[in-house]
Amino acid sequence: MYELKFNEDECLSCTTQDCLTRCQYMDIDRDTAKAEILKIAHGEDSFVLHDCVTCYACEEYCPVNNHPFYLIVEKQEELDVPPLPRPLIRRGIQTGIPFRGEPDIEEINGQALDMGVFSDLMYLIQGRLFEGLPVISQDPRKMFHYFCQLMYLHYGRTSVIKERLPGIIQTIAKHNVTEVICFHDECYGTYTSYCPAVGIDVPFKAVHLFEFLYNRLNELKDDINPINLKVAYQRPCSSRLSSDKHHFVRGIFELIGAENVEREYVDENALCCGGTIQGQRREGSRKRAADVQKRNIEDMKNAGAEVCVFNCPACYTTLGSMVAKNGIRPVFMSDLCRLAIGEKPAGWR
Amino acid sequence: MDSVYQALVDIVGQEHVSNRQEELFIYSYDLGTTEPHRPDYAVIPRTTEEIQEIVKLANKEKVPVVPLGGGLSLAGLAVPFRGGIALDLKRMDSILEVNEKARYAVVECGVSQGQLTSYLERNFPHLTHSEPGAPPTATIAGNVAIHGQGDLAQPYGFNSDMVNGLEIVLPTGEVCKFGSCSIGSGWYTQHPLPDVGLFLGWSGTTGIITKVSIRLFPSKKIRGVGQFVVEDEELVPEIMYKLTHTQMTEDVIAFSQAIPPFASGLQHFTINIVADSEKELEFKHEIVWDDTLGEYIRSGAGGFLGFRSGLQRPQVSKTSDWRKGGGFEYVGAIMPVETYPECYRRGRDISERHDIPYTVLGRCIGAAHAMMFSWTYAFNRADPETIRQAREALHETDDLALELHGTIWKPGLYGQKLVMERLDPNTLNLMKKIKQMLDPNGIMNPGNWEVS
Amino acid sequence: MTLTDYKYGDVIHRCFRCGYCKFPINWMDVNNCPAYARFRMETYSCGGRLWLTRAWLEGEIEWSDHLADILYSCTACKNCEVKCPLSFNIDILNMMIAAKGEMVERGEVPSPVKEFLENIQRQGNPYGTSRAKRGEWMEGTGIEAYQGQEFLYYVGCVGSYDTRGQETARILGKVLQKAGVSFGVLGNDENCDGNEVKNLGEETLFEMLAEENVAQFQGLGVQKIVTLSPHSYNTMKNDYPGFNGEFEVSHYTQLLQGLIRDGGLDVSGGYNATVTYHDPCFLGRWNEEYNAPRAVLKSTPGVQLVEMARNKDGALCCGGGGGNFYIDLLGGSADSPARRRVREACETGANVLAVACPNCLTMLEDAVKAEGLEDKLAVKDIAEIVGEACGIK
Repeated sequence: MYELKFNEDECLSCTTQDCLTRCQYMDIDRDTAKAEILKIAHGEDSFVLHDCVTCYACEEYCPVNNHPFYLIVEKQEELDVPPLPRPLIRRGIQTGIPFRGEPDIEEINGQALDMGVFSDLMYLIQGRLFEGLPVISQDPRKMFHYFCQLMYLHYGRTSVIKERLPGIIQTIAKHNVTEVICFHDECYGTYTSYCPAVGIDVPFKAVHLFEFLYNRLNELKDDINPINLKVAYQRPCSSRLSSDKHHFVRGIFELIGAENVEREYVDENALCCGGTIQGQRREGSRKRAADVQKRNIEDMKNAGAEVCVFNCPACYTTLGSMVAKNGIRPVFMSDLCRLAIGEKPAGWR
Repeated sequence: MDSVYQALVDIVGQEHVSNRQEELFIYSYDLGTTEPHRPDYAVIPRTTEEIQEIVKLANKEKVPVVPLGGGLSLAGLAVPFRGGIALDLKRMDSILEVNEKARYAVVECGVSQGQLTSYLERNFPHLTHSEPGAPPTATIAGNVAIHGQGDLAQPYGFNSDMVNGLEIVLPTGEVCKFGSCSIGSGWYTQHPLPDVGLFLGWSGTTGIITKVSIRLFPSKKIRGVGQFVVEDEELVPEIMYKLTHTQMTEDVIAFSQAIPPFASGLQHFTINIVADSEKELEFKHEIVWDDTLGEYIRSGAGGFLGFRSGLQRPQVSKTSDWRKGGGFEYVGAIMPVETYPECYRRGRDISERHDIPYTVLGRCIGAAHAMMFSWTYAFNRADPETIRQAREALHETDDLALELHGTIWKPGLYGQKLVMERLDPNTLNLMKKIKQMLDPNGIMNPGNWEVS
Repeated sequence: MTLTDYKYGDVIHRCFRCGYCKFPINWMDVNNCPAYARFRMETYSCGGRLWLTRAWLEGEIEWSDHLADILYSCTACKNCEVKCPLSFNIDILNMMIAAKGEMVERGEVPSPVKEFLENIQRQGNPYGTSRAKRGEWMEGTGIEAYQGQEFLYYVGCVGSYDTRGQETARILGKVLQKAGVSFGVLGNDENCDGNEVKNLGEETLFEMLAEENVAQFQGLGVQKIVTLSPHSYNTMKNDYPGFNGEFEVSHYTQLLQGLIRDGGLDVSGGYNATVTYHDPCFLGRWNEEYNAPRAVLKSTPGVQLVEMARNKDGALCCGGGGGNFYIDLLGGSADSPARRRVREACETGANVLAVACPNCLTMLEDAVKAEGLEDKLAVKDIAEIVGEACGIK
């Protein structure tokens, strides 16, 4: 079956142990970090398996792309250290079960946008930015056939991902899509990071939404009016799997004349939205999530952000109304871009 | 010319009475699985006086009268089994009084739940009433007449426990008032005068409610719903017991359903929490989620799914469209909370045997004094076979509710029969005497609660 | 036709009759279906009509005059579609129109409907007045015939023939002249737009009208159309493209909004009144244009705009849609939607009820008279308000 490409020697020879020493949710020195990651690699129990908030960040911190996060999650499952209570795990696993018929397969023969499991957010892909772009997974009744499954990393269940993902990839491939623009970068991370890490074949090229938006905006450059808004970007867990595309965030902000505010929890130091933390099994999770959210929003406020820009619908669900309550308008990146080309964003509130 | 029709026209005016096939067709149907029966007339009165005249006429002519509110009981309680007059009360739709300080509202019998909710939101945002899960077209009077409950059932009980007074047109046409209003005082209490229970739970067989005084309750600025989930149904009763001990929740509901798949085999709680400030809210969060439910989270038996501010009131029900078929009916029963696990398991069995995706729900009433447990069966209105299946499942469920020592809430004819078979003979006899005394000609909603 | 042949045979049974279709902007009452508000029998609610249609097609009930009246009392106001929470809501009106279509097919429609359709067939308008009189409204205005100007100003039947409608049509013409808009009209050559015909279920006649209109417009080289009536706006914008008629269609309030905003129309003369605005169904719920008319009113100095409790997608229809401004199945009672609406307008304290549709104008003005509110409330088309503000008497 699919096996994680993890090389213990890389950890042994690592001098930084950034994976754990840079973790924002655990205070770990370099020696402990090395010992613990090796324990984990050997299939031994470690406090890290228990205390991990599953924010994906160590995937980015690892200087040699040795997949420490995927390793942690695999071992959580192997050693039965579930990060969430049992009913949440079962609920999550059942959520991804398609139950309303088979998808209609329309052959695209080219580039297409994949909504993944977010077909009910079609309103976010309107206007000239997306004009002429075919969309697969348009029907909310069929969206679970396009669900990239990577969410189960939060559930300590890579077995579910490995079991279901090849079928999902097959469904997408049936559309005969050559380039799949992923609405959510969790899908992008799945096809460009997770699949290669465990040896799942991906017969199409995945494109990051922000790269697509950046290129489209360049094409529409003459129509851009600088939005002159101070923005803070809520970086999602999944973007840790595509850190090479993270620069497009700044690129887009520059193109549309948004001022990316100087703040503490930005880029590699970004904070989790707290959505997954609040339900964790560990003592005090609800308060921990609330604390992370409070620090994050305070930081946005202190930096003078007028708008909080989202990439991930889950972050939006968790933080959207909270930032709004603090006087910061929540908006998806695509909507912000629409504002710059004189269109009315659909989800602007 | 039909003399009854003409007399009805004289009472309510030509436009408000019909004996034409279209109206008779529509008023013959309940929205659930009950077989239709055509009335002879459909009448939509506007005043208590008109209702009095109609009832007097009906006595004279020995014509049944079947009062109807929102028509949403689903149990066939307003189906004119013996024909007669279908009396649609929705034109009597005035909110007569809101007494802010004594927290009550007096409404006419056609006022809908949504109408009162909306009125309070606009005019008295710090007051609210217990809104049932029915579509907001359901009426206040219809709901108390069948012992309904709403989203304040956990702290305050059944909606019929919140009645401060009633105005009734008796089956013989006299108007009676009950509660403090009957001695010319305000409508602020039904006590300590003789009780109005003669008219609650009788499904319109002892008189027609024309006015209701219903209690209102504080509405806090922040109202929201948190969700919690467990796998083991055996945990539900103790969790309800512990939650009610906190006295910090409003509505507490546990549910499980086959579709969508995430809910299958799991017991989800929705727990309403309200507060006037973030400080109060966080205090309640700590007590409810951390102190009371924390042990389940730490042991891995229970999971917190988050809290969302803003209640959807009234709730939009899409249950009828589950089978793309426009229909559902449920058995609601008042059950001891401890029976939740068995209600769930046995209900699931019944559903599966009848090829219907299962849907069960238990709403906590009072300090876990009881729960309203519902077993819902969707059907396709265009497919008689699915209606038959649902009807069979409903009957089996009526039997089950009684077997598990519950009582059926708003039973249809089948359930009424089961209940009366078990009723204490002396109680049954008293019911018969009361009915004979109040309704000597047996005109009120005949077929229902008929003691042989 | 039986249920199996009926286009919506696989969906019509899905209505549960929960009653959401009756609600206005919230749940404040159950009177936002104009036919139900008028009669209050469940048969007249949207759910009642759907159940009756199904029963009729299944042979459970016979066709009757009363059944026809019930179906034709639907004003196509779209409140039910907007309020129904279920996924089949997009087809509710189509279900009604298809049922009306079956009645047309069988020749079993209420007599005023028959008259309405015959008049349109013969004279191109529901009143049965001669086609040769269609252009009379413009006499003495100096409004030009359309001959390649930027806009075709399409007036519609009510604007062309109804006395009050004509006044509005003239004033709007003068406003456009004053703003220097390049436009022309069709005069006697204008034909019915067909919007009501479609909603009455006479699909063949509608197709004929649409095809003829599209051919005429194209023949004249029309590219942009501005309409007086939201009914014309709706069908030209949404239906004509299906007949290869792709035009840039605006309702006049949209055009005025732009003109005022860009300084092309001087409204500094103002209009001193407390005004409440009634959303016409075919501008509001059908085309979600709630803003332009309000923007015009707000930019007119002296106008104090107050909202009725039911507004925008919760507005109560005047009762004139679905041909009811002529066939009048909802009139004759204090519960008639138009009379309910003017009472509601009065409750706001406004002394002017602004409309943006000639059908609403006639319906509501009649209702003001019936209610004896002439001293309290004047019904004015927005064109008239703007006309006064820019000095046109």
